[in-house]
Amino acid sequence: MVATFEPKTDYKVVGTRPIRHDGYDKVTGRAIYGGDMKLPGLIWGVMVRSPHAHANIKSIDTSAAEAMDGVFAVITGADMPKAPSKLVDLGEGNINFKWASNKLMADDKALYRGHPVAAIAATDRYLAEEAARKVVVEYEVLDSVTNVVDALKPDAPIILPDLVGDDLGEDVTNTNMAAHVRHEFGDVEGAFASAAHTIEREYNMQMVHQGYIEPHNATATWDEEDRIKIWTSTQGAFPARTQIAGILQVDVSRVKVTPMEIGGGFGGKIPVYLEPIAAILAKKSQRPVKMVMERTAVFETTGPTPGARMVIKLGADANGKLTVATSDIWFEAGANPGAFIGPAAMCIYAPYEIPNTRIDGWDVLVNKPKVAPYRAPGSPQVAFAMESAVDELCEEAGWDSFKFRVDNASKEGTRRGDGVLFSKIGMEEVLEAVKECDHWNSPLGDAPEGKVRGRGIANGYWFNIGLKSSANLAVNADGTVQLTEGSTDIGGSRTSMAMHVAEVLGIGAHDVRPTVGDTESVGYTDVTGGSRTTYATGYACWLAANNLVDVLKERVAVLWDIKPDDVDFNDGAFSSKAEAAKSIDFKELAGKLDDLGGPATSTGTVDLESAGDGFGMHIADIEIDLATGKSDIIRYTALQDVGTAIHPSYVEGQLQGGAVQGIGWALNEEYFMQDDGKMANSSFLDYRMPTSLDLPSIETVLVEVPNPLHPYGVRGVGEVPICPPVAAIANAIKDAIGTRLYSTPMNAGSILEALK
Amino acid sequence: MTTNSPSKVHVTTTINGQQHELLVPPYMSLLDTLRELIGLTGTKEGCLDGNCGACTVSVDGRIVDSCLVLGAEVNGKNVNTVEGMATPEGLHPLQQAFLEEAALQCGICTPGFLVAAKGLLDNEPSPSEGRIRHWLAGNLCRCTGYDKIVRAVQKAID
Repeated sequence: MVATFEPKTDYKVVGTRPIRHDGYDKVTGRAIYGGDMKLPGLIWGVMVRSPHAHANIKSIDTSAAEAMDGVFAVITGADMPKAPSKLVDLGEGNINFKWASNKLMADDKALYRGHPVAAIAATDRYLAEEAARKVVVEYEVLDSVTNVVDALKPDAPIILPDLVGDDLGEDVTNTNMAAHVRHEFGDVEGAFASAAHTIEREYNMQMVHQGYIEPHNATATWDEEDRIKIWTSTQGAFPARTQIAGILQVDVSRVKVTPMEIGGGFGGKIPVYLEPIAAILAKKSQRPVKMVMERTAVFETTGPTPGARMVIKLGADANGKLTVATSDIWFEAGANPGAFIGPAAMCIYAPYEIPNTRIDGWDVLVNKPKVAPYRAPGSPQVAFAMESAVDELCEEAGWDSFKFRVDNASKEGTRRGDGVLFSKIGMEEVLEAVKECDHWNSPLGDAPEGKVRGRGIANGYWFNIGLKSSANLAVNADGTVQLTEGSTDIGGSRTSMAMHVAEVLGIGAHDVRPTVGDTESVGYTDVTGGSRTTYATGYACWLAANNLVDVLKERVAVLWDIKPDDVDFNDGAFSSKAEAAKSIDFKELAGKLDDLGGPATSTGTVDLESAGDGFGMHIADIEIDLATGKSDIIRYTALQDVGTAIHPSYVEGQLQGGAVQGIGWALNEEYFMQDDGKMANSSFLDYRMPTSLDLPSIETVLVEVPNPLHPYGVRGVGEVPICPPVAAIANAIKDAIGTRLYSTPMNAGSILEALK
Repeated sequence: MTTNSPSKVHVTTTINGQQHELLVPPYMSLLDTLRELIGLTGTKEGCLDGNCGACTVSVDGRIVDSCLVLGAEVNGKNVNTVEGMATPEGLHPLQQAFLEEAALQCGICTPGFLVAAKGLLDNEPSPSEGRIRHWLAGNLCRCTGYDKIVRAVQKAID
């Protein structure tokens, strides 16, 4: 039985904008991020990486490196514990320990450029790098494949010879196809036969990277009792512990993970890359070892999100009702299985009510880094295809594409493409907000000489997740509360958690002091990902606060010599049900606890099955220089159902940041692959992410439709905003130049080509 | 070229107003000199090739990517980092504005943005939004989409 809550509005703390608790440390340079970690006797680890995208490793000679003064440990694939092929749920995607281990250190074959083949620990980073250059590796270079079309050709080089692919339940061998899934509902063929308008198109997207500014890092110790301590930037200390223990083949209780401040993740810091290697180096050298990844390796070996080939077909009746949709999508998994075809299937048709649907998805290996979650993994890809195709269908039939989206909008009871029925969602409310917003009601304006302008819209959807979270509370004598919770804080979530507690207890947001706990100070908590943190960990904090109220009622009962059941709690004050005049507020009570039984503590834990789906729409205005193809986003608005915004500034920030990542994906970003499987643009100079100069102010409209599944109506917000931008911009470009682009990036070169 | 090499460079430099006398390996960046030799880890490493701005510091009033400067080069110079912005009287107006405007999410780029923005406001007291966006284009932020950063700099001007 899932608990549901009535919407409230009379909040005291929820909806305000307090300064974040960790803010002072972060604007003064005091905050300790993973890369800032120091321990007595610390030495540095570095990787030796394959220069080839696909190669057999014939031999590795580490003797020259080992002979160097100041080199304490050298390891290769032979030093990796043999992890079994076992699938474990990490909250946002699965992990198979065998593949995860192989990703960190090649066995007898390098599967992508940058694949680690050895690692070295030495007194400092410069010396470790010098030693790494002395490792001699003999390779037999193999043909590589870096896109899904080539990877599925009959004569394609096979990346994992022992892979058994799953083709709709049938085992397949000698293949790069890891999985093929299908969801089908209604009568697809019949619906196309009777459709008045149909359209079929192919869309392609290049692989892109999460682009967090902080490189991956890890510091490890391994003591004589075989206890392993890890300090790292991770989106989840507990899921990191699961991975580290699984890869090292030790019990989880042997591993303590301390989450440091984290410099961005967007899904890419859910997988571990360095932590188990640093631990093995620490064991071998008997010293604490720290590793910080170089930026080139961040691009070449971590993240990214799948590139995709997508063929989509839509059919509608003469009245503008969408009756049928089919899609075939091929996603790049990288060198191990696990592209996000499941989430893609859940998201592709979600903004629409369509009676007849089919989706086929293929998870395809290529000689690129194994993909990692990136903000709504799988959804921006299919949104590009679906939202472009919807516009094209409307163009062909002569319909207004906004009205079409309104007329076909999903609502409570609509069936998603994978079969799930929606509970209360805010899609229709978002579309109402679009009609009323300033941007939608403002003209595009005239372009200067030599330029043209266009406007595009697109929907976005993410299902959001719940899962497990834990929080602990302890009352201080001065009337403040210590909060220890398990969610990594990437964007101000500590403060949202504290606000949940403060709202219940009737105290200020800054009367609650939040700490992100390590794996030995708080209960299991899933990743900061899936747009779950404020929803699920906030829920746990709310529970903990309510449990604390119950504890405190017992203390009040002692104070007044009455029964706990006869104590009321309202608006931060305890009162006697029998004598209305008897009252004591939270702060005053906190000062008396020593005489009423001592420390007052509580916990809250949740394991939430559902989370409440998130919808948004973006409006993009673009201006294009006809002579050069250069484009400028001149106005941009993100509208989204955010449930209740606990701290509106950080909710707006999620919408703005997600939109800008999507703008980068649309216009500039790509893994530019050479024929030999090397990424040609593995630096921030050549992998061009948006700068402040490239963008206008990103306007936001927070549509608050309280989520009945959360006590304050919170709905996950972080992932929806990256889903609409690519299609919104594609639709805007079409509006501006009259030609549609079918692949990303839609950069100046491809726009210029389209103008010819 | 190892750390065992006897040849280190003698450097006397002023960092955040305090004089330091250092022996710096000739190949060591200013970034590592600050972080590893002095322990000022507020200056962050993002790319080590001068493209993200996370390691921005000011040298004699001019902002630089400290990953592209050698520690040996700051002999006799004045270096200022994010740790030098606040005073015992309180935060620098930019720091206060970043907090009030929620101009940071993960915060890893924040020290670089603050030092860069201070470099602008020290020389141009009231830059336009366009000027701010142009000046800060050397600092990458992946979380915020820059809107709240630009607002914070504008607020610090007021």
